[in-house]
Amino acid sequence: MWYLLRKLGLLLLTAWAAITLNFLLPRLMPGTPADAAIAKLAQNGPVDPATRAAIEAQLGVPTGDAWSQYVQYLGNVSRLDFGVSYTFFPQSVSTLVMNALPWTLVMVGLVTIIAFVVGTLLGVLAAWKRGTWLDTLPTLGGTFTSAFPYFWTALLVVFFLGYQLKWFPTSGAYGLESTPNLSLAFISDVIGHAWLPALTILITSVGGWILGMRNNMINTLGDDYVTFAEANGLRSRTVAVKYAARNAILPNLTGFGLSLGGVVGGSLLVEQVFNYPGVGYLLYNAVTNQDFPLMQALFLMLTISMLLANFLVDLLYGLLDPRTRR
Amino acid sequence: MTVAVNLPEPTGSTPPHQPPRGADTVVPEPHGPASSLRVLSRGAATIWSNKKARIGVVLLLAFVALAIFAPLIAPYGASENGFGRNEAPSGSHWFGTTAAGEDVFSQIVFGARISVLVGFIAGFLSTLIAVVVGLSWGYIRGPIADVINFVVNLVLVIPGLPLMIVIAAYLQNGGMTMIIFVVVLTGWAYGARVLRSQTQSIRGRDFITAAQFAGDGAARIVFHEILPNMTSLITGSFFGAATSAILAESGLSFLGIGDTTTVSWGSMLFWASNSNALLTGQWVLLFAPGLCIALLATSLTLINFGVDGLSNPRLREGSGR
Repeated sequence: MWYLLRKLGLLLLTAWAAITLNFLLPRLMPGTPADAAIAKLAQNGPVDPATRAAIEAQLGVPTGDAWSQYVQYLGNVSRLDFGVSYTFFPQSVSTLVMNALPWTLVMVGLVTIIAFVVGTLLGVLAAWKRGTWLDTLPTLGGTFTSAFPYFWTALLVVFFLGYQLKWFPTSGAYGLESTPNLSLAFISDVIGHAWLPALTILITSVGGWILGMRNNMINTLGDDYVTFAEANGLRSRTVAVKYAARNAILPNLTGFGLSLGGVVGGSLLVEQVFNYPGVGYLLYNAVTNQDFPLMQALFLMLTISMLLANFLVDLLYGLLDPRTRR
Repeated sequence: MTVAVNLPEPTGSTPPHQPPRGADTVVPEPHGPASSLRVLSRGAATIWSNKKARIGVVLLLAFVALAIFAPLIAPYGASENGFGRNEAPSGSHWFGTTAAGEDVFSQIVFGARISVLVGFIAGFLSTLIAVVVGLSWGYIRGPIADVINFVVNLVLVIPGLPLMIVIAAYLQNGGMTMIIFVVVLTGWAYGARVLRSQTQSIRGRDFITAAQFAGDGAARIVFHEILPNMTSLITGSFFGAATSAILAESGLSFLGIGDTTTVSWGSMLFWASNSNALLTGQWVLLFAPGLCIALLATSLTLINFGVDGLSNPRLREGSGR
């Protein structure tokens, strides 16, 4: 119980720090959003103060001293009110984020879980069959593919499987002619569109899990209790899975938590290539259009989801490994 | 919030090679000044003896050579654009030409400069911060350590790429310096965490106690007694940080953040996808820059296989079960 309370307190403290950082970040940077807009106008001639005031009012540039801004900001965050998007005016930032979130969560989330399971299993196998082709192939292959830039894998996949072989649709989350509903036709359309981005993420991320698990496993295999289990004449598969892998998976779980949290933001490069209407693509649009309210809200959401995922993994870790519960 | 390290903890099997510095310096140092040189060459031999690492070293040297001798190797300038547009590979343009009429092969060669430079500079700076923070954090106890713990965990949970592009969007004035800045800003924390846990385990060893009794200051103990024992771990985090820096730079350039007129592998792909190279079927233009990024990043990871073997003999090749 004490463990849980302490973790919860830390979570709240970190969340507060992240929220405050999100408040400070734009204020530490040179210029305001209005400056950027005025700079564009100034290319056509001088901008008079009245125009400037009008632009500032339109963009909702905060007034007042830093403290009252901060209080107001905290209030807005607690109501999930992030203002109105500049780019997709007059839609509110919250609506935009809520529309984009499910696409990312389902597609990227599922692939991340699949990649973790496949990669961990291959890693166990590689460590157990050390020195054979079952080790060399996944290890070298994983090293190479995990060095692939996400966007490059995406471009190649689009080019060969999409444009050349025409196996899958190359852009968006569903066809232009279909409208979102819960019919079977629409769902299969969505799955068809998810293949390529999913494949991209799988190819690029599976290697890291293989390498991590293999390394942990090799360390665990050298431990005395594994040798003891072997000496007892237990079947080698029992030793590998029930003795070694069970302990070796612990560090990988932390990585899994981080990457689950990163699901929401990490897929930015992939979503950008596929024009997949998820959170990453939205963030990309916000950045290229200098849509500061949207950018700030997305960034906060990404950080908070990382925090929560970490928190959950921490709790799970405490259950699995009692030594950490000190 | 404790985020455990995803790397295998070094088992601490490296015997500390530094003898305790007693106050009575009557005992002669067993190794003279040649010691560090000998350690270096022995380390290099360990890395070289690993087959994977050897491939990595050769690959890395090839890319470094490509970057240094770019003007001699490239047949044309990187931004020379007087050629035909969207040409297929030919004798005069090995990899074809871009939509703006530039020679793709020359761009690849010059692009190596950006990636190698960013990788080394950002990798070095991240590692420097990681060493200073990680070692002090591992050595000191008390409230300051808790504060550092909090800050590092905060930096670790902030998603890297989104933070980079958000900062880049605020700063607006692109360029390599900004990219290196954001890469370092987000890249140091992971290394700091790894180095801290190793420092904590070394902190309890006898030779540290001896140094403390001899009256050495904290800074001297951390950087003269503990640091030399972590060479392999630091080397490892350097290559790790350089790898992520290279990947991050290419990602940012691909998104068109920063200076898109700088010819780098990432910006080549930015222009390629913006000029619909997918539709014109120029697969070399798509294939080559990404392959170079992947190969350069792989070479660093491969070298790290050898570096792992420095501190952890279990990970050395040929010592399997």
